[in-house]
Amino acid sequence: MKAQLKPVPGIDLHAQLAAAAAFVRRHTVASIYHAGSGHPGGALSATDLLACLYGAEMNVWPASVHDPLRDRFVLSKGHAAPALYAAGAYYGFCDKKEALSLRKLNSPFQGHPHLLDLPFVETSTGSLGQGISVAIGMAVGLKLQKIPARVYALLGDGELQEGEVWEAAMSGAHHKLDNLCAVIDYNKLQSDNSNDAIMRLEPLADKWRAFGWAVAEIDGHDIAAILEAFRRAGATTERPAVIIAHTVKGKGVPHMENIPSWHGSVKFTRAQAEEAIRALGADEAELKELLDV
Amino acid sequence: MSNPALIANSDSLREAFGKALVPLGDEFPKLVVLDADIAGDTGVHHFRKAHPSRLVQFGIAEQNMMAAAGGLAAVGLLPVVTTFAVFCLRAIEQARLSLCYARRNAKIVASHPGLDVGPDGGSAQALEDLACFRAIPGMTVISPADPVEMAQATRAILEFDGPVYMRTGRSPAPRLFGDDHKFEIGKGQILHDGADLTIIACGAEVARALAAADLLKEDGIAARVVNMPTIKPMDVNLVARCARETGAIVTAEDHNILGGLGGAVAEALAATVPCPVEFVGVKDVFGASGEPEELAYAYEISAPFIAAAARRVLKRKK
Repeated sequence: MKAQLKPVPGIDLHAQLAAAAAFVRRHTVASIYHAGSGHPGGALSATDLLACLYGAEMNVWPASVHDPLRDRFVLSKGHAAPALYAAGAYYGFCDKKEALSLRKLNSPFQGHPHLLDLPFVETSTGSLGQGISVAIGMAVGLKLQKIPARVYALLGDGELQEGEVWEAAMSGAHHKLDNLCAVIDYNKLQSDNSNDAIMRLEPLADKWRAFGWAVAEIDGHDIAAILEAFRRAGATTERPAVIIAHTVKGKGVPHMENIPSWHGSVKFTRAQAEEAIRALGADEAELKELLDV
Repeated sequence: MSNPALIANSDSLREAFGKALVPLGDEFPKLVVLDADIAGDTGVHHFRKAHPSRLVQFGIAEQNMMAAAGGLAAVGLLPVVTTFAVFCLRAIEQARLSLCYARRNAKIVASHPGLDVGPDGGSAQALEDLACFRAIPGMTVISPADPVEMAQATRAILEFDGPVYMRTGRSPAPRLFGDDHKFEIGKGQILHDGADLTIIACGAEVARALAAADLLKEDGIAARVVNMPTIKPMDVNLVARCARETGAIVTAEDHNILGGLGGAVAEALAATVPCPVEFVGVKDVFGASGEPEELAYAYEISAPFIAAAARRVLKRKK
């Protein structure tokens, strides 16, 4: 499978990013089907955000993963790894077929991303709360060295229950990290139940504002809204920006949407995987390519 | 070794560390020091004064600071995380994932370890840190014995590529070594030779081990004293050699007897030259308030107790 080039802005950019997101969803379902386990719900909710980051917003290409001037992305919600691998595969940072070896022995595509396995993974994650702190360190370090690159971190909503996130939030504002943009994949569900049932997060935007961040609240599946939020985050000065992206857990797969049990430890049957991948727009050739490996 | 004259002219290990960082800041332009509001206590106030823009303040939030060190290393800087040893334990999972698993070239320098903390009491006295950090894959663990060794070790960890956990110390530390001392990561040194047994010590216990050897000499017992500043990787060759040549070992550390220097030495002996071992350390209990020397006596890690352990191990020696 051939990697895509980044879309040219202005030339039907939104349609290209929507197509990328759809592929990321199909590949995510396929890799979790092959793995026999994984976290499909929170991977699927993040796909439009990942497509916009890798497809348009970030200044990073497969050839520049070691360039000191590149933008950095940290998947703080490391359990969404299948979607990161799929986005990486779509944009040529890793191989589409190899990325289907998710969670298998000797595969570089571990259940949670590990930088020593894959050059485009900026740091190892999988313990919630740490990724945003690593991103803070990157942003401080880039500023100290006067490197004009930006840092992006994608957090889960349940992850915000980790105290470390709020330590990081305080430090980001204190150090005026206007080169940092946090994105919250706010799908309202976590491992066992809804955020509201487990540990209430609201008023979430007020919390971030009170911590000194520039806050945007958007529909995390609206490509135009995502791109506009990134543009405004990039124009923010003297403080970090956070985009609270309202999303749907399991987005795009009718039998999964908004059902907490699709968070983790999920096995797809062949029939479920086929149905999901078809619903996500695959033709027979792609279905075969994704499932018969 | 509680000779007041020796101590009066000597720095604590934390001061020695902080002072050593100042010229190293010029030599290592990528060096940045991370602080959680205790620069005045960890010795890094010296660095802050000399290199103010490279002291990054994280407030009283050690978990964020520890993981952020991974991010600073990721963008090419050389971060040194500084806080108390107990708060390193608080952030150990951040050290595990964001420093060790990610194989970052970041250093953790922990002040206030062990009973040496003194009056702050049991909550502040980390007696588990060597064991905990030693168990993380890829982590190097160091506990220097005197201000000279501390300064040399500070340079050595900056020259070393990989994550390191290093203890300093709160209390005035007697100077044991001359300027010709040579610290090397992974190497112990025989400070005082003897044929009957070997006392292997690190940190504040090295001075007490030398005092114990003097006590034993009065009884006609010749104890070899080894300074073992690197807990991991252990100097297995030296440990095996001491077992072969003296046939009995005593370990001494200001730390729980479980899993620290004693555990590492015992593992090395089990794999090479098994011999009787006695462990001097805090016996799997928490500390309490008191002056360091009072605590060392109360918790039985001072020189007379090291000497007593030596007599016990000699009885077990074939």
